[in-house]
Amino acid sequence: MGKAFVYGDDINTDVLFAGKYTYTVTERSEMAKYALEDLDPAFRDQVKPGDVIVAGKNFGCGSSREQAVICLTELGVAAVIADSFARIYFRNAINQGLPVIALQDAARKIQPGDEVTIDLAAGKLTAPSGAYSFPAFSPEVQAILDAGGLVAYTQQKLQL
Amino acid sequence: MGLTFAEKALSAKAGREVRAGEIITVEPDAVLSHDNSAAIAKNFAAIGVEKVRYPERIVIVLDHCVPAADFKHATNHKEIREFVAAQGITHFFDINHGVCHQVLLEQGLAGPGRVLVGSDSHTTSYGAVGAFSAGIGRTEAACTWATGELWLRVPETLVITVSGAWPKRIGSKDLMLYVAGQIGADGGDYLSVEWTGAAVHALSVDERITLANMSAEIGAKNGYIPPDDKVAEWLGCVGAKPCFAQKTQGRPDFSPAETSQGDTGLGAEAPSYIPEKGKEADSNSQQGEAWLRPYEEWHTDPDAEIARAVQIDIANLAPQIARPHRVDNVADVSAVAGTRVHQCLLGTCTNGRLEDLMAAWEVLKGRQVHPGTRLLVFPASQRVNRQAVKAGLMEQFIDAGAVWMNPGCGPCLGAHEGALAPEEACISTANRNFKGRMGTPESEIYLASPQSVAAAAITGEITDPREV
Ligand code: SF4
Repeated sequence: MGKAFVYGDDINTDVLFAGKYTYTVTERSEMAKYALEDLDPAFRDQVKPGDVIVAGKNFGCGSSREQAVICLTELGVAAVIADSFARIYFRNAINQGLPVIALQDAARKIQPGDEVTIDLAAGKLTAPSGAYSFPAFSPEVQAILDAGGLVAYTQQKLQL
Repeated sequence: MGLTFAEKALSAKAGREVRAGEIITVEPDAVLSHDNSAAIAKNFAAIGVEKVRYPERIVIVLDHCVPAADFKHATNHKEIREFVAAQGITHFFDINHGVCHQVLLEQGLAGPGRVLVGSDSHTTSYGAVGAFSAGIGRTEAACTWATGELWLRVPETLVITVSGAWPKRIGSKDLMLYVAGQIGADGGDYLSVEWTGAAVHALSVDERITLANMSAEIGAKNGYIPPDDKVAEWLGCVGAKPCFAQKTQGRPDFSPAETSQGDTGLGAEAPSYIPEKGKEADSNSQQGEAWLRPYEEWHTDPDAEIARAVQIDIANLAPQIARPHRVDNVADVSAVAGTRVHQCLLGTCTNGRLEDLMAAWEVLKGRQVHPGTRLLVFPASQRVNRQAVKAGLMEQFIDAGAVWMNPGCGPCLGAHEGALAPEEACISTANRNFKGRMGTPESEIYLASPQSVAAAAITGEITDPREV
C-alpha cells in the first residue's frame, strides 16, 4: 500500500503544523506545504499518496488544530499507526476520514521505508516484520469513516 | 457501584445512566471558538445548511491575534464578525474582551454540571467551576453548529488528591508542572482528571483554573475540581444566573481537620479574586437566557470505579519548571537556575488573572526588570486589566520596566506581540513549550509560575523565586 515514515513518542501538533500558520494558511491544499516542518522538513517532498506515518505513544498531542490532520490527508497519507493518540487528534483524524490505528510498539514493528499494507475492515496490518491485527473501531466511529468524514456523515444525517 | 463526576454529568445530558467507555450523543450547553471561527464557518458552509441550530449556544471570542497583526488576520476577524451578524450569534466577544477561556468563565457561561465543548484544547478550563468541558476540532465544531449535537466517549477517571500546606511562593502552577513531570504528557490521556483534597480546596477559583486548564497538557479529556462554596461565591461575583447549584447533595466535606490554608505567596496583600462584587457583571454580560439549565453539582461517589488514583503532598514542593521542549520535562527551578532568558511572559489563559499578576508583583516589587531581558504582561481579560489598573498594578509594573500589553493570547502561539528570535529563551506562565511554539524552532521556552517569571525578570536568568 505504501511506505512507512517512522517517528518517536509525543509528536505534537506544533511540529506537525506550526501555530504561526494557523490563521494565515487557510486553503487545505496549501496546508500540505507546511506538514512536519519542524519535525522532518524533507517529509513533504518524499511522501507519496498511500504512504503511512508510524510513531510511538501520544501522537498528535497539543493543540486542537485540525490542520495537523489535513496537511497529511492533503499529501495523501493513508493512515497513521501509533502506540496511542492524543484524544482531540484522534477525533480530528476520524472526522477527516483519516484512519488512525493503535498498534503496540508500532515504531519497533515497522521500520522506516517498510512497505505496509492495511485492511481496515479486517483489522489487519502487514509489514515486513509480520502481520498484526488491531481492534475494530466502534460502530459510531466506523460510520463516520465509512461516510468519508464527519461533514459527509452530517450531511447524511441531515438528509442534505 | 457508584458513578464518577463525568458519568453523572454526561448521564444528566444523555437522559439515561451512562458509564465510562460508552459512546453517546449529547447536545452541549455551549460551543466555544475563537479566531478559528472563520475556518469553522467555512466548514459549516460546506455542510450545506443555512442557519446554525442554536445561535445562543455558540460562544465566539476574538483573542488569538488581537488587535489584528496584519491584513490576513484582519480579514479573518472581519469574516467572523460578518458570520456572527448573519447568524444572530449573541455570545460574541470582540477584541476588547480577552482570552476566550477567561471571558467565557467571567461571563458566567460555565458552571457546575454544564457540558461545554470548544474548538480549543484548553476548553478543559471550565472544570474549575464544576463543568464538564472538552476540546474538539474545527470540523466537529462546524457540525455541532449545524446539528446542535456531537458524539462523546464517556471517559474513565483519574483522581489526583493533593494534601499538605502550601509553602511560600508555591502555587497551583508548581503543582501542575510537578504532576506533569510525574505522570507524563500522556498520563491523563482520554481521562476525566479530577483534582481534589484539602490543598486543592484551599486554592482560590483563580488558581484552580490553572489546574483545569493544564489538565489538557497531560492529555485529559476534561479537568475537574469538585465545586464548593468558593465556586458558588465566584459565580455570584461574576453575575452568573442562576449562580448557585440546584443540587448540593452528595457534596463531600471539603474542610477536613488537616488544613492547608498556607501562604500561597500573597499573604495579607491578596485582593479578593473579584474585588468588585457584582458590579462588573457587566455591560456586555448576557446571562439568564431560557436555554440555560440551572447549575447542578455532581460529585464522584465514594464507591465509583476509578481508573487511577494519585496522591501528592505539596508540603515540601519547590518551585517547578518545564524545560524545552516538553511540558513533562520538569525539574526544580533551582536545577536550571542561572540560565539566561531574553523574555519573560506573564499572562495567558493559564496565569493571566489578577491573582497571578499580584503574585508576580509580590516578587518584583521594589526591583527593576533586568536590562538583559524584557518582561511582557498580558492580563487575561479586560476585566482583569481594569482591576489591575485600579489596584495600581499597571503603573507599578511599568515603573519597574515591564511592557504592559492588551488582553489576549499575545505571543503564546507565536503569532505576534512578542515572538522569539532564534537562539532566544523565554520563561513563560503559559501552558505549552513545544518547539517553535513562540515563533521559531530555534528558540526555547521554559514554563513556570508567575512568581518564577517575576524572579527571572529581576535577574535576567532563571531564578528560584524564594531567593530574590
Ligand atoms: S492564551 Fe495561549 S493557550 Fe490560552 S487560549 Fe490563547 S493561545 Fe491558547
